Amino acid sequence: MTIQVRFFARLREQLGMAETVVSASQAHTVGDVWLYCVGQTYPRHNVLCAINLEYVGFDDPVKDGDEVAFFPPVTGG
Amino acid sequence: MHVAVIDTALDPLAEVQRYQGAQPHLQGQVGATAIFIGSMRDFNQDQTVVRMELEHYPGMTEHYLQKIAQQALQQWPIADLLILHRVGIIIPNDPIVVVAVWSAHRAAAYAANRFLMEDLKSHAPFWKKETLDNHHSRWVEKNTPA
Repeated sequence: MTIQVRFFARLREQLGMAETVVSASQAHTVGDVWLYCVGQTYPRHNVLCAINLEYVGFDDPVKDGDEVAFFPPVTGG
Repeated sequence: MHVAVIDTALDPLAEVQRYQGAQPHLQGQVGATAIFIGSMRDFNQDQTVVRMELEHYPGMTEHYLQKIAQQALQQWPIADLLILHRVGIIIPNDPIVVVAVWSAHRAAAYAANRFLMEDLKSHAPFWKKETLDNHHSRWVEKNTPA
């Protein structure tokens, strides 16, 4: 009953954490996952998020077995 | 259609030629090939950049590139497309990305190529970390508008 959580790039370095796990009973939305892992100290306005490799919003629901990812604005190409 | 994230040296024109040569449906059927190659500059925000590390989200990046490739194939009358993007350590002048689009006539090839490049830069999960000539490193905060 867990949700896998991953962080990338600057966010990973600033939080000092590449991945962690959250109990599915502790989080109903992506925003809950963020609060549980990061807290309120890190501003989330410039943070993008995905569930199972698809972009989502912080209000989207999460469920057992999901992979949730947080990362900064992208800079490829 | 082929999209890939690669962690070894990229030779864009050789890759485009190799791909085209291996596709029977591209022999004689296409009048236009639009190729975009993005390479690493040795400057950014008025500072000299000596090296760059490109990170991606394995799985999501490939999935996203597949998605926009499918979208381009549906939206324009194009024959085929190729997207290759580097990750890992690169130095100035190294190619970062190549997008090639084949079509019967140039308008669709140009339009689809531009769409793919702009969408990739705005949404595909890649991140650049630059090392400057003073040995400091910094994450690139955002891409240039065009």
